[in-house]
Amino acid sequence: MSEIKKIKNLKEFSTSADRFEGANLLCPGCAHSIIVREILNATNDPMIMSAATGCLEVCTAVYPYTSWDNSWIHIGFENSSTAIAGAEAMYKARKRKGKLPDSCEGKSPKFVAFGGDGATYDIGFQWISGCFERGHDMMYVCLDNEVYANTGGQRSSSTPIGASTVTSPAGRVSYGEKMMKKDMLGIMAAHGAPYVAQVAPNKWKDMIKKIQKGFQTEGPVFINAMSACTTEWKFAPDDTIAISDLATDSLVFPLYEIENGTKLTITYRPKNKVPVRDYLGAQGRFKHLFKPQYEYLIDEWQKMVDERWEYLQRREEASV
Amino acid sequence: MAEKMELNEVEVWDGNMAASQAMRQAQIDVVAAYPITPSTPVVQNYGSFLANGYVDGEFVMVESEHAAMSGCVGAAAAGGRVATATSSQGFALMAEVLYQASGMRLPIVLVVVNRALAAPLNVNGDHSDMYLGRDSGWIQLDGFNPQEAYDLTLMAFKIGEDPEIRLPVMSHQDGFITSHTAENVRPLNDDEAYEFIGEYPMVNPMLDLSKPVTYGVQTEEDWHFEHKARQHHDLMTKVFGKVEEVFDAFEKKTGRKYNIVEKYMMDDADVAIIALGSTVETTIMVAEKMRKEQGIKAGVVAPRLFRPWPHEKIVEALSGVKAVACLDRSSPNGAFGALYNEVIGSVYQSDNHPVVTNYIYGLGGRDFTVEQAEEIYKELAANAEAGKPTTPLQQFVGLRGPKLSFY
Repeated sequence: MSEIKKIKNLKEFSTSADRFEGANLLCPGCAHSIIVREILNATNDPMIMSAATGCLEVCTAVYPYTSWDNSWIHIGFENSSTAIAGAEAMYKARKRKGKLPDSCEGKSPKFVAFGGDGATYDIGFQWISGCFERGHDMMYVCLDNEVYANTGGQRSSSTPIGASTVTSPAGRVSYGEKMMKKDMLGIMAAHGAPYVAQVAPNKWKDMIKKIQKGFQTEGPVFINAMSACTTEWKFAPDDTIAISDLATDSLVFPLYEIENGTKLTITYRPKNKVPVRDYLGAQGRFKHLFKPQYEYLIDEWQKMVDERWEYLQRREEASV
Repeated sequence: MAEKMELNEVEVWDGNMAASQAMRQAQIDVVAAYPITPSTPVVQNYGSFLANGYVDGEFVMVESEHAAMSGCVGAAAAGGRVATATSSQGFALMAEVLYQASGMRLPIVLVVVNRALAAPLNVNGDHSDMYLGRDSGWIQLDGFNPQEAYDLTLMAFKIGEDPEIRLPVMSHQDGFITSHTAENVRPLNDDEAYEFIGEYPMVNPMLDLSKPVTYGVQTEEDWHFEHKARQHHDLMTKVFGKVEEVFDAFEKKTGRKYNIVEKYMMDDADVAIIALGSTVETTIMVAEKMRKEQGIKAGVVAPRLFRPWPHEKIVEALSGVKAVACLDRSSPNGAFGALYNEVIGSVYQSDNHPVVTNYIYGLGGRDFTVEQAEEIYKELAANAEAGKPTTPLQQFVGLRGPKLSFY
């Protein structure tokens, strides 16, 4: 087992050597680059990574350039999980046979797959499930911006109720997306995965701790990372962290982890809980909810978030 | 270290066992696989080898064929020997990733036990899956019996993994007719087989931590064309020579001679059937019979390599004939058969312009009989005599009901 990288403060963290180059084509204010950088900087171990087709992929590996200072592969939209599982299997096989490249000597590379919520909640769901059932020693990170951002903002099964997207637009007779966001973390925990967690880039210490815990865990680890999308959530690019704060402080996006499929621990309790209304009001995608005919949904949202928070606390107390 | 398996000089193996034994002897690092009829026994045999200590690589039983090929691509990019097996619907499900494998120049070996494509659902052999793969950038080798399935699967590793080639290779055999028919097979022993294939030559492995690599980048109109052209260039200019080199080395080792285009009784042939798969053996037998009984100078031409298409060798093989029948074991669904299209494209550029006709046969495992082959040779003889087609250009043979023909 490799040594855990010690990170004392934000200054030290933000100035550690980048393994994900700032030179990429992601939108200004995109949380993807913040999250990926934080994950890569959480460890000194070498990494072998994959990305699903999506914003992260098209913006970081445009031939003849790459933003990745680690080995990286992209195959398709649905299979970044299986791509990295294949690489992990190769590592195990060649290690057993004593046929690894010399550069692996004394190193323990980490195998990490990235995908957006479309690649994770929807099209790649089966592949991720297969990888977790088989127990590959890998981490899967979902960059959850609750929409197909790369193709221009279509709804996914992660899109929350009431959000206006180009395929679930709000209109004269519609308040937008009708379905509830899928509980992906619960589903991944139900695989019996040794470790699953929700993270948000604004709570960087919590996030680093979870990523490091994930890297210390043997077996498949699932990380659902909230990734605020300036383009599709419709907020100013310099408000990414402020919006993320509203999400975590309103408990729309609670931060918690589940170990071995059952043991749930809440890792962040806001001192000053913010109304859900404030979170919704800060984003263009929910603007229509403030029209009189749809305003009832804001109250329903608050009720939904409160009930969920209650449920998580009871799960934590019960420790089952 | 994997245990060695004691093999007899002559084993009785079906095509599936032959292919799985070749895979075992190759000491593959990662097999990611999913079962599907009729290639399932390849996966089962491999699992049994693993359970008994004859395999020391990873055997990843994934949840679909798409995942099988995805895992293979990830494993191959990581750096090591990779193979899997499939058929039909599984092949179709893999199709997306087949292009990714070849586009990233990853030398994966895929044993394809040919089977029809639904609907209607059918588990038996035809070449619909093989044809589906023809534009995917893979090298396609075609074995006609279990011995050849063994030999070509071994050779597939050596061809595809060569640093000059770096392309994935399909080793085809016919579903059931080859895959489930036990015949005498003369295998190499484990040491000889591994020595023949050699150690996997690593090229840009993701596992070389001192030299990070990026696989599967984005290219648009600026670079996509150059990448695809380079891949086609290498398929067209490097593969034929390498395949011949490996065939020669294999002949030296085993005495078994393979050719990029196989020719039977073609030296003085007036008419020829060109076909793929197990049908080749039936037609050879019938050609001999036609020569003896009907005085028809019949021959058989069989491409061992379907991709890249061996244009020059096909032209050469057909340079002396007056009439050719192209047999396609796949529904062309609105065109001439794929083999016909390739052959007609080649002979058009030749000095010799035989009459070329197309026969669609054997779909979904329908028997291709001696009588059908005899009838085709008789029609070819009539075409040769007349110097023009005496039949429609495309005919269905072995079909129930009134005769079906087109063009």
